Amino acid sequence: MEHHFDLELNELKQKLLAMASHAEAAVNDAMRALAERDYDLALRVKANDRLLDEFEIEVDDLAIHLLAKAPLASDLRLVTVAMKISQNLERVGDEATKIAKRARDLSQEPPLKVTVDLRRMAQLALNMLKSALDSFVHRDSAAARAVIPLDKEVDGLNKEINRALARHMAENPAAITRCLNLIIVSKSLERIADHATNVAEEVVYLCEALDIRHTPKTQLSNP
Amino acid sequence: MNLIRTSAEENLRAERQPAPASAAALKPPAFTVKNLSISFGQRQVLKSVSMEIRACTVTAIIGPSGCGKSTFLRALNRMHDLVPEARVQGDVRLFGEDSYAKEAEPVVVRRRVGMVFQKSNPFPTMSIADNVTVGLRLNGIRARSLLTERTEQALRMAALWEEVKDRLDAQAISLSGGQQQRLCIARALAVQPQVVLMDEPASALDPLATAKIEDLILELKRDYTIVIVTHNMQQAARMSDETAFFYLGELIEFGPTNRIFTRPKEKRTEDYVTGRFG
Amino acid sequence: MTTHHWRKFKNVAMQAITFACALLVILPLALVFYHVVKSGIGAVNWDFFTKLPKPVGEAGGGMVNAIVGTFALLGLAAFIGVPVGVLGGVYLSEYGGRRVSWWIRFMADILNGVPSIIWGIVVYALVVVPMKGFSAWAGGIVLAMIIVPLIMRTSEEVLQLVPNGYREAALALGIVRWRAIVQIVGRTALKGIVTGVLLALARVAGETAPLLFTAFGNRFWAHSLSQPIAALPLQIFSYAISPYDDWHRQAWAGALVLLLLVTLINVSVRVLTRERFVKSA
Repeated sequence: MEHHFDLELNELKQKLLAMASHAEAAVNDAMRALAERDYDLALRVKANDRLLDEFEIEVDDLAIHLLAKAPLASDLRLVTVAMKISQNLERVGDEATKIAKRARDLSQEPPLKVTVDLRRMAQLALNMLKSALDSFVHRDSAAARAVIPLDKEVDGLNKEINRALARHMAENPAAITRCLNLIIVSKSLERIADHATNVAEEVVYLCEALDIRHTPKTQLSNP
Repeated sequence: MNLIRTSAEENLRAERQPAPASAAALKPPAFTVKNLSISFGQRQVLKSVSMEIRACTVTAIIGPSGCGKSTFLRALNRMHDLVPEARVQGDVRLFGEDSYAKEAEPVVVRRRVGMVFQKSNPFPTMSIADNVTVGLRLNGIRARSLLTERTEQALRMAALWEEVKDRLDAQAISLSGGQQQRLCIARALAVQPQVVLMDEPASALDPLATAKIEDLILELKRDYTIVIVTHNMQQAARMSDETAFFYLGELIEFGPTNRIFTRPKEKRTEDYVTGRFG
Repeated sequence: MTTHHWRKFKNVAMQAITFACALLVILPLALVFYHVVKSGIGAVNWDFFTKLPKPVGEAGGGMVNAIVGTFALLGLAAFIGVPVGVLGGVYLSEYGGRRVSWWIRFMADILNGVPSIIWGIVVYALVVVPMKGFSAWAGGIVLAMIIVPLIMRTSEEVLQLVPNGYREAALALGIVRWRAIVQIVGRTALKGIVTGVLLALARVAGETAPLLFTAFGNRFWAHSLSQPIAALPLQIFSYAISPYDDWHRQAWAGALVLLLLVTLINVSVRVLTRERFVKSA
C-alpha cells in the first residue's frame, strides 16, 4: 500500500514537471516567433505566461500544505527544493515573455541583416534546463553537477553576440533600435541559462544535502 | 560526590550550584557508555551500544517500538537491577564514575539520575507537597524548613508553582494529567539529581500540556542533563541537541539533531525519519 | 412464534431465571435474620450484656464474659495472625521468586480449605497438652492459624493491585526497597489490607469447633490468658444443647449478638471501601 504522503509528494513532482514543459515550450515558441517574425505567436506566448504564474502559485501552495505535515530529511529537502525550482521556472517564463515582446516589436520592423547565432544560444540554454529537470526526476546528482559549467559557454556566447551587435550598431545607426532588441533577447537567454544552473544546484542539494550555491565554479569538481 | 554511600543527608543537603552556561562544554560527559549489551533470559535486547552524552544537553532517543530505547534508558539508572532475568554487560559511566561497579550502590546512582515515566504516577495517598518531598523524606531528610524550600524550588522548576501554591495540601490525584506529569518532574527534581531521564513524558498528554513540558525541558537544560525517549520526531527535532536512533537493539546513528533530521547519514535512519519503515 | 419473538422470549426468560436465583441466594439470609431476631430479641436486655451466667437451673444472668471473651480471642488472633499474614502477603507480592511463591500460594490455598476442627485438634496437641490446660492463648493461636493463610492471600492480592508504576517511581527516586514497599506500596494498599483483615476476623468470630479444644469456655471470668475463656459461639453451643428453656432463649440472644457483630464488621468494611476511590495512576 502506497504511503499517502508519497502520493502527495508525487503530485508535487508532476506539477513541477508540467510547469517545466510549459516553460520550455514558451521559450521555444518565443524563439520561433523571433526567427519567423510571427506577430501572433509572439502575442500568444505573452498571454500564456499567465499559466506559469498560476503554476507557481499552485506548486507553492502544495508545498506549504506538505510542509505542514512536517516532513523530514529527504522529504523536507524535496519540498523546499520544489519551491525554489518553481520560482526559477516562473522566471524562465518571464524571460520567454520578454523575448516574445522583442519578437513582436521586431516583426513590425524590416528584418535585420546580421548573423548572430541566437538559435544556438537558445538551444544551449534549453538543453541546460532540460538536463537540470531530468536530473531532478532521476535524482542524478552527477548529471546536475554537469550542467553547471555549461553556464560559462552561454555567458561567452552572450558576450560574443553583444560585441557583434555593438559593431553592427556602430556601422549602421539606423539599425540601433533593432539591435538593442536583439541584445535584450540575448540577455534573456543568458538569464534562462542562469535559472537552469540554479535548478541544477537545487538538485545537488536535494541529492547530496550539500548547498553548493554561490560556490566559485572552479571548486565544483565532483564531490 | 561518589557512588559509594556517604551520609544520605550530606548528599541531599548540599545545594547544587547552578552551572554557568559555558560550563556545559567544559564538564566531563554526563554519560559514557561503552559496549552496553543487555539481555533478558535468552533474548538479547541491546547489542553493544556505545555513545557519549554531554552534560547540560537534551539528548533524544528515537526508534521504532521494541528497538531497545527504554531498555537503554533504564540501564542509565540501574533500573534493571530489579528484573531478575536481566543481564547487563558493558560500561556505563556517570560523570566518569562507573555506575555498575561493585562498590557502587544502585540507590545512590538513582538519586543522581532521576526518572520521569510515560504515565504520570503521583502517589495517590499523598498531597502535592508530600509528593514533591517524598524522595527527601524517605531518605531521611526531615528538616521542615529545608523541605518547604525544596518544595517551592522544585515546583517552580517544573513550572507548576503558580498553579498549585495555594493548595499544596490537596490530593495529588486531583490535578489534571499535564499537571500530574509536571508534579512527577518536580518530585524527581526535588532530590536534586544531575541527570533527568524521561521515558516518553508527554505521550499521554494533550498538545497544550505537551508544549508546556517541552518548554520546561528547554529551561531545565541549563542545569540538568536530560535524556528523553520519544516516539514523536517533531518533538525530538524541537527539543533536543543530539539524537540517537536505535533499531533492533543497535545504535544506528547518533549526532546533532539538526543533521539527523535534515540529512541523516544512514539509510535506515533516513527511512525511519521519513516514515518509510516496514 | 417468529424468530424475533422467540429471541425476545429467551432474553426475558434468562433475565427472570437469573433474578430468581439471585433472590434465592438472599432467601436464607433473610430467614436467618428473621428467626434469630424473632427468637433472640426477647432475651436481649441489659442483664445480658452485663451479667455473668447464673448457676445451672437459675433463671436470668447474661453472657458478658462470652462477649468479652470473643473480643479477647479475636484480639489475640489479630495480634498473632495479622503481622504474619500481612508480611507473608508482602513477601509473595513484592519479593517472591516465581517457583517459591507458587508453592507457598499452593499450600496457603490448601490451608484455607482445612476444616477448622482439625485446626482445633492440632492446637490441642501442640499447645493445650504442653500447657496442661485450656487457655485463651490456645484459642487465640488456633484462630490465628485459621486467618493467616487467608490474610496472606488477600494482602497479596491487594498489593498486586497497586500499579507497578508506583513501585518504579519510588525506586527511581533512590528510595530503599523496603521503605518503598512499606511506605509507598503498602500505604496505597492499606485500606485493602485492612478490609482483608476485618473480613478474616468476621469469619473466625463464629468458629466454634476449634475453640472447643482450645479455649474450652468458662462460666466465669478468665483471670489470665492462660486460663480457659468464654466465647459467644461456645456459650451458644452449650446453652443450645442444654435442657433449659431459659438457656435456649439466651442462646438465641447470643446468636443475635454474634450475627450483629459479624454484620457490623461487614457493613463497616463496605463503608471503608466506598469512601476510597482507587484512582488509577
